[in-house]
Amino acid sequence: MTDAPAAPASSSPNVDLRAGDLREIVRPQMQIVVVGHVDHGKSTVVGRLLADTGSLPQGKLEAVRRECERTGKPFEYAFLLDALSDEQDQGITIDTARCFFKTILRDYIIIDAPGHIEFLKNMISGAARAEAATLVIDAKEGVRENSRRHGYILSMLGIKQVVVCVNKMDLVGHDEAHFKKIEAEYRQFLAGIGAVSPRQFVPVSAIGGENLATRSARMTWYKGPTLLETLDAFTMAPSKSAAAFRMPVQAVYKFTKHGDDRRIIAGRIEAGKVKVGDKVVFSPSNKSTRVKSIEAFHAAPRTEIDAGWSTGFTLDEEIYVTRGEIMSHADHVPKVSTRLRANLIWLGRKPFLQGRDYKLKVHTMATPVRIHKLLKVIDASEVSGELAKDHVGRHDVADVILETRNPIAFDLITDSESTGRFVIVDGYDVAGGGIITAAESDDQDELRSEARRRDFNWVKGAVSASERADRYGHQAALVMFVGKKSGMGKHRYARALEKALFEQRRNVYLLDGTNVLLGVDQDLVWVDTSQSELVRRFGEVAHLLLDAGLIVVSTTNAIGLADFGAVQSLIPDSPTLAIEIDPEGTSAQPCDLRIAGDEPEAEVAAKIIALLATRHIIGK
Amino acid sequence: MDSLDQLEQQSVYILREAFRHFERLCMLWSIGKDSTVLLWLARKAFFGHVPFPLVHIDTSYKLPEMIAYRDRLALEYKLQMVVGQDGEAIAAGRTFPLTQHLPDGHPDKLTRVDCCGILKRDALKGTLQGTTTRKRLNLKTGTYDVDPDREPYHGVIVGARADEEGSRSKERYFSPRDKNNAWDVGDQPPEFWNQFKTDFAPGTHVRIHPLLDWTELHVWEYIKRENIPTVSLYYDQGTGTRYRSLGCGPCQAPIQSTARDVDEIIVELRSGKLKNIAERSGRLQDGKHGLEELRRDGYM
Repeated sequence: MTDAPAAPASSSPNVDLRAGDLREIVRPQMQIVVVGHVDHGKSTVVGRLLADTGSLPQGKLEAVRRECERTGKPFEYAFLLDALSDEQDQGITIDTARCFFKTILRDYIIIDAPGHIEFLKNMISGAARAEAATLVIDAKEGVRENSRRHGYILSMLGIKQVVVCVNKMDLVGHDEAHFKKIEAEYRQFLAGIGAVSPRQFVPVSAIGGENLATRSARMTWYKGPTLLETLDAFTMAPSKSAAAFRMPVQAVYKFTKHGDDRRIIAGRIEAGKVKVGDKVVFSPSNKSTRVKSIEAFHAAPRTEIDAGWSTGFTLDEEIYVTRGEIMSHADHVPKVSTRLRANLIWLGRKPFLQGRDYKLKVHTMATPVRIHKLLKVIDASEVSGELAKDHVGRHDVADVILETRNPIAFDLITDSESTGRFVIVDGYDVAGGGIITAAESDDQDELRSEARRRDFNWVKGAVSASERADRYGHQAALVMFVGKKSGMGKHRYARALEKALFEQRRNVYLLDGTNVLLGVDQDLVWVDTSQSELVRRFGEVAHLLLDAGLIVVSTTNAIGLADFGAVQSLIPDSPTLAIEIDPEGTSAQPCDLRIAGDEPEAEVAAKIIALLATRHIIGK
Repeated sequence: MDSLDQLEQQSVYILREAFRHFERLCMLWSIGKDSTVLLWLARKAFFGHVPFPLVHIDTSYKLPEMIAYRDRLALEYKLQMVVGQDGEAIAAGRTFPLTQHLPDGHPDKLTRVDCCGILKRDALKGTLQGTTTRKRLNLKTGTYDVDPDREPYHGVIVGARADEEGSRSKERYFSPRDKNNAWDVGDQPPEFWNQFKTDFAPGTHVRIHPLLDWTELHVWEYIKRENIPTVSLYYDQGTGTRYRSLGCGPCQAPIQSTARDVDEIIVELRSGKLKNIAERSGRLQDGKHGLEELRRDGYM
């Protein structure tokens, strides 16, 4: 820390704060979202709660009353919240206004979320930040579309503490049977969709301030807590420190320009804890090393850190890891797959379509994604809302299997919340969000497990990968020539690339599948065995050469196109480049470079070398 | 973890997300308490470094102590300090104080809000877009030279807090602004958990608000805990008054308060004595919808 002149220190006798004691008296704070169908009285509930807890600035209430008299509108508590002129004019809450009030127990931030369907994305933004929710249902109108939809969304967002206010009880004669009927109906709906059951149903009249902060004299039949008592009975989210350690890598920092040589793996610990000296692994690359130090600015040094901290580590070995990987302990690793089953809600103006590419953002990973299978589309505003649709429309909820281009690390929502939820980006906009309910197996599960077992137990030599890369002037990488047909020149281009890289003094080797068959696979040639074992052995040979730090050039001639994915599963820590030869120009296979097969070899080699430089695999 | 830790950690997370996604990123530094806390949080996020420029819009009406404090910290923290100013309007006298002598109804007479529109909102737009001259602090000489960099910024970190006043309570952590810097309050992107709006169309930019969930009290508690330097204008110097929110000299009024240091401000805020007075009540340009309209149009 620098020695900047600080703010004047306290020396005044009339101050009752003792230096160092400030931390203890910082008050706990809880965010609560208020949701429900439009016009069911959410803003009135909040406005009244603020007024009754004395949380309004002096004169505010009177000013709003005067303004109402002036304009001839009947006074409403909701006006207190409507800070923006648009809203007052239309009489609806457009966005999530935040306001603050406190009880003896703690401070509350109330997020008043709009109930109008147009503004569902605003309701979600408000609710996604909250620890607890108050859902308001109009006693007279009863359970409506957005009562149901919001209930579903709260459940999907993972909000477990919900109180339901049955509002406007004054309009139904404060009738107990009426209240009970709404409670039964809504509980049944929530149970039907598997949502969390609310803690409490409270009969209230927000306009009369009944059962919000003070007990109603007209509903003596209700013996339960008031809204305020229910809120105070909610608990702060329990610490996630006891769960398995998860830190999605947010960035790798090296501020060399500022004279700082630390290479810091930064991120927020979403669950669990980790100590200096712990062996940690990164998924999906399977890299492993030990924690050397926990880094922080202007904070006491520490040797252990747990969930909630946005922190940074230096590692024993300078391994190459990237944003989007999950750091964990080796005995509790996240799932890795290209397929995941999910529940999601769609908010995009354009529907979520099959066969189109979108961007998936899960923890810090962003990657192209498609719908692999649409299992069910639901209208969450209906009691039984399954829709016969081949796409997911705006405000629909869906049960889908998503497929990413490359394997990603994630958790199931039931195992680890923060690494088990995602959004989908369409163009520039977040268009949907959801939770991961299952990992679906793809064809590579077994090979991926094999690679994990192998990598986590790999006996490392005295020379690290980064030392090799420094010496060789390039990283290890696999360049694979793929293409449906044989005889298109894959081998020819591969040889030319090997030679060109060698001329540039790169450590390069052409691994021909035939040579693996002739030697390593000799025992298999005479027995009836599946192709997959040949591919597995090819992949393991490639892995050894890559571990030696080489640029490996190869072709799928001997192993078949579909198996390139299998090879990649065995070398999750090495960059790969797929060069597709496609004379007809009809292939839809994702690849890094596509050529027709009639270009001169030298030109293709130059293009690939440029690509290797762009990806920082070789130095310029 | 207490609330202050939680707020700090969330802000750090947001700052790192901003740095990851916006190649042309800057942070607005008004020299006030909030954006100075923000600057401190950036040093927390980036392990002592501030890897993007800080932009200050100098209306020429800031109190001299604020400018001295700005430059002292900038040199000490080795900040990439960028200053924007509408020198033309200032030179031509197109400001609120300089047109006060004109009779009412004169076409050149400016209100406080008009003046903010020119010296702050428009100067900010020009500085962010690179259409007006930016000056950059030379860390070797301590002088401000014309910044050769004229590229627009696409990510702008701002110290707005939701509890400050109504319109700020509607911001997202990542709020897009269109080509004209305008804010479409009614149509903002959804913000699920910690997944923010980080993809943006060419020509638009995103305002990033790491302090959204902080209150005025949190800010002071954090200043205390971290021992963050602040300007003395916030403290009573024996006159029985202090500034609660800092703006331009001609358009700010002090509040009645005898709080002489950070501890006394915290005690004052906790006592509820200031509960009934809006934090920006001393900022004379705010008016009924003044601030909100300025903000929709690109104000900070």
